[in-house]
Amino acid sequence: MFQFLLNREVVSADLPHGTVLLDFIRRRRGLAGTKEGCREGDCGACMVLLGEPLENGLAYRPVNSCLVPLAEAEGRHVVTIEGLNRDALTPVQQAFVDEGAAQCGFCTPGFMLSLAGFLLSSPRWDGDAANEAIGGNLCRCTGYIAIRRALAKVCARLSNEIAAPAGSAERVRQLVAGGWLPDDFLSAAGIVNGLQCGGTQIALGHVPPVLVAGGTDLFVQRGDELESAPMDLLSRRAHLRGIRMENGVCVIGAATPLADLEDSEALRAVLPGLERHLRLVASRPIRNRATLAGNLVNASPIGDLAILLLALDARLTLGDEAGRRVVQLRDFFLGYKVIDRRPDELVLEIEFDPPPPDAVLGFEKVSRRTHLDIAAVNSAMLAVARDGRISTMRLSVGGVAPVPKFLQQTCAMLTGAEITPAVLRGALDAADDEIAPISDVRGSADYKRNLLRRLLVAHFQKLSPEAAEELLP
Amino acid sequence: MNHPDTHLHVRGESRFADDEPAAAGLLFAVVVPSPVAHGKLLSIETADAGTMPGVCAVLTRDDIPGQNQIGNIIPDEPLLAEDAVHAIGQPVALVVAATESAARRAAGRVRVVTEPLEAVFDPREAFAKGEIMAPPRTFALGDVDAAWERCEIVVSGRADTGGQEHAYLETQGTIARPVEGGGVHLLSSTQAPTAVQRAVSRVLGLPMHQIEVEVRRLGGGFGGKEDQATPWAVLAALAAWKLQRPVRLVLRRHEDMRWTGKRHPYSSDFKIGVTRDGRIIAYEAFFYQNSGSTADLSPSVLERTLFHATNSYHIPNVRATGVCCRTNLASNTAFRGFGGPQGMFVMESAIHAAARALGITAEEIQKANLLRAGDPLPYGTTLGTPTLPRCWDEAERRFGFAERRASIAEFNTTHRWEKKGMAVMPVCFGISFTTTFLNQAGALAHVYADGSVSVSTAAVEMGQGTNAKLRQVAADTFSIRPERVRLETTSTARIANTSPTAASSGPDLNGNATRLACLGILGRLRETAAKLLGAATADGVELRSERVFLDGRATDLDWEKLVAAAYLSRVGLSAHAHYATPEIHFDKQSNQGHPFAYHAVGVALIETTVDCLRGTGRVNSVRLVHDAGRSLNPLVDRGQVEGGIAQGIGWMTMEECRHDANGRTLTDSFTTYKVPGPNDAPEEFDVHFLEDPEGPAGVLGSKTVGEPPLMYGIGAYFAMLEALRAARPELEPFYEAPLTAERMLMALNGATTPCVAEISASNPPPDPP
Repeated sequence: MFQFLLNREVVSADLPHGTVLLDFIRRRRGLAGTKEGCREGDCGACMVLLGEPLENGLAYRPVNSCLVPLAEAEGRHVVTIEGLNRDALTPVQQAFVDEGAAQCGFCTPGFMLSLAGFLLSSPRWDGDAANEAIGGNLCRCTGYIAIRRALAKVCARLSNEIAAPAGSAERVRQLVAGGWLPDDFLSAAGIVNGLQCGGTQIALGHVPPVLVAGGTDLFVQRGDELESAPMDLLSRRAHLRGIRMENGVCVIGAATPLADLEDSEALRAVLPGLERHLRLVASRPIRNRATLAGNLVNASPIGDLAILLLALDARLTLGDEAGRRVVQLRDFFLGYKVIDRRPDELVLEIEFDPPPPDAVLGFEKVSRRTHLDIAAVNSAMLAVARDGRISTMRLSVGGVAPVPKFLQQTCAMLTGAEITPAVLRGALDAADDEIAPISDVRGSADYKRNLLRRLLVAHFQKLSPEAAEELLP
Repeated sequence: MNHPDTHLHVRGESRFADDEPAAAGLLFAVVVPSPVAHGKLLSIETADAGTMPGVCAVLTRDDIPGQNQIGNIIPDEPLLAEDAVHAIGQPVALVVAATESAARRAAGRVRVVTEPLEAVFDPREAFAKGEIMAPPRTFALGDVDAAWERCEIVVSGRADTGGQEHAYLETQGTIARPVEGGGVHLLSSTQAPTAVQRAVSRVLGLPMHQIEVEVRRLGGGFGGKEDQATPWAVLAALAAWKLQRPVRLVLRRHEDMRWTGKRHPYSSDFKIGVTRDGRIIAYEAFFYQNSGSTADLSPSVLERTLFHATNSYHIPNVRATGVCCRTNLASNTAFRGFGGPQGMFVMESAIHAAARALGITAEEIQKANLLRAGDPLPYGTTLGTPTLPRCWDEAERRFGFAERRASIAEFNTTHRWEKKGMAVMPVCFGISFTTTFLNQAGALAHVYADGSVSVSTAAVEMGQGTNAKLRQVAADTFSIRPERVRLETTSTARIANTSPTAASSGPDLNGNATRLACLGILGRLRETAAKLLGAATADGVELRSERVFLDGRATDLDWEKLVAAAYLSRVGLSAHAHYATPEIHFDKQSNQGHPFAYHAVGVALIETTVDCLRGTGRVNSVRLVHDAGRSLNPLVDRGQVEGGIAQGIGWMTMEECRHDANGRTLTDSFTTYKVPGPNDAPEEFDVHFLEDPEGPAGVLGSKTVGEPPLMYGIGAYFAMLEALRAARPELEPFYEAPLTAERMLMALNGATTPCVAEISASNPPPDPP
């Protein structure tokens, strides 16, 4: 038994901890405004806000409730559409009505929840930020144009009304005062702080608990079988979260959600373009849950973060009761979904040296749909070139081998070389020799080979547009 | 005016089938599908599953009391497999249990033993093997064979389009419960309540009045719930009837994507003959429709392909032939446009190929052959709608086709890695069910003693705004505030013998029926008013904005007082009315007749940019002029236009249904099947409704907009193709949709198969200047 605040009501849950929040909300609580669209975090119809207590109040993030185990709600505030409603329509709801931005209406509550997250946490009120906030919501009536019109109205009004910084208690007060959120948001933090916590980490019987990082792939793959499993939530281990600079090294806690990476000014300063790259990784609600180590341990050959970190030459710290060890990320992936991790070991931290100021960091990803899709091929490059000569070259590629691949030979060949069309062409051929793509639902092997060549050219353009110009017909 | 439902939608208060509070004793049903695409069904081993905890029953063909048959047009679809299976996902058994997880676990333990037979997935291969649903059909005009020699250039080729997953966000689902007297009530997510009612009646061996099918709204339908809501609904009803308990059957997303049909993929051959100045003299097409494993609605879908084989063009000599080819895929079905888009894509491909051969733009051919009122159509009638040329002219004036081309050419010369392209896409889409008898609807109106109004019709609300429009029709007819009118659920107990809400016909048919029902009551109210006001007849009585006027002058009598007085005077305040579209008919033997009440027309300009390095593209702008008649609700119509086009663009660019060599769907989730997301919406979207519309129209002078705009999306294919050709001028055109990132990159690499087979010129073209 454990407690959480569901909208305005403290609830005690006794269901197995692996039941997904969506099922609890809909089936047990009869809150039908939260819809089941896909159970894979792809459509956003089941979006809820998860409010986590911090020193100065609750930090709310929209999450896909189909991928969140119930245990994750313990000691938190869960907000569904029913918890956003006031007697009158909120300005966001009114704008959707006025612009005809709801057609069949099945997706609409999910949009409302994503936008509530936007209200609470966006640093800016522009169309781009609003659009990013709904990036994880599908509308098959495809009312996006009307939705965009509604968002333009909303942003115009927000710019006039709401000036308090994101995540502050003052922001919540302003939103409540302006009728954007119901009053309950003012008292939620106090209620959450008084909840009884500590019930979720108890293993049931002799079943070992399932380690859950963000769960955004785990619950897609094994949601049904985890229903009655005890959960060990890495999100509850504070020491596994956070981003810090230590002796000039960038250290990221294993269970840090990807959203924290893009929000980190320290990280954005050392990795220019990071925000743009992460936007291609998944929707914001998924990035609110998905963790850095989860993406690595999952060992998908196409994992976007693995590709980025390979180019950064990242190192992992793993640990168990016996102690800690450090593994180079490029040595971590042993084969398809096989990693260098002992059963009792946890990834604790990921670290990398910030690239020198003159380094070029490129991230390329091509998928069927540009946003919210899994890559056919992705690739990252970190290069330093001085006076037309390459001093550092690190290239990684995904989707063309059983593992996220560091292009060892290609990099060796390019390091120290002069940037000429001939050298770069040689690199394209070398890369082609290093990979072994297979045909699957993301594309034929032939396509992936061709695509990789082109993505490498896109990287090389950043080093020398002139030389790259000659690489393609 | 706003859609009345949107207030509920934004608050999450609108109820869909699975949102009803669980009834006491609710059971959960999970389907056991065929594991193979084609095979003899040797046995169904249910013993293990039947004894698992929580399991109440495992139902098979042997549990069906009536006929094991739910086929709509052709009786070729057993509810539960008999002695053979014809597609992966065909229902073989149904597990019913106390919880969904128990049902799922048990479903996994039912063993379906089959002896695999050879399976076919390609329509041309099926045709070659004689696997067709019915003999090929041909629509013809003029004398094609004689016309070729009069053509100065003849081009032939092949054009293929892929399937399209409906991806309605609410999956298929029904809650069925037994009712007294041995009947069943179904709350179903279906576009066709009567089709479900009829199928349940047949399967349970009960008269139709024992079955009530009720629909509040759908979380998207798009045609996918016209015929294919039926199996799941009937299975739920069977379980509820058999076990005398309420039963919920709601498909999971991956089940829905694996087991239900899509838009029909087509493979087609075309031949077009033109003069040097771009006049089309002759056109011939042969359509191989991939119908899937059962007939479903395929023959009707094919028919609409033939109706729209020449899209918006007057072609004097036409022969369009199509055939439904039986394959071992989930049976393909209705999808917004209903075969029309597939036919139009081939026509536009032929025009593109001809334009290239002539060295002119596609717009020149399109414009030179645009349909005008009175032009003959290849099914025994002439076009009645006069506004297509006006739409073209206005689009050209507003958007400047030539200027856009020049600007794009300029961009393309100054950009190495990005190329732009454009295409103009006219659409001419016939409105009415092409199966004439379906063009009827009923409506039931009640005026309550307090002046509030309730309207029931055959129409199902699925986001297309039918409720908003019907509410407006009722309010306009009575001249009262729309807020007084409530649209009820669609129920077979209130409105009988309903046609599906499909073919964009919802507002027209049901709007007219609603109007007639309201007029019936209004007539009696005017009589009452005349008596109250001491007038000799009701001729001078009218209602204006809730006020009774006599001979043009306002009286003290308002709507509420009038209604209250009528009730006390024992005047009937309810009416049922029936509407049948007049003057339409079609003979399916001769393929001649006048099947459409009117045509929906318009012209769109689509512009795209292709990243020629990475092989990706995006649609930058969509601009169009569309004739929506005197729109009943511009906000709703605009949403239909914008949404329809986005869906069409998705079909043409990123949505790709794939299966493996055994017929197993590979694109069975939103992870692998990509529908347009918020970031894919074009930056610029400019919709103009034609002012001063003219010609035949639907209810109150409006024209329905459900389906037609989808076909503007076809322009996205040709705009992308033009951008690719700007990058690679030697590129041989290919007509194979969707134009995915993979296809684009392969085209940029010169690795696509050209689709134009042959160009012949009867006299050699002049030397280029």
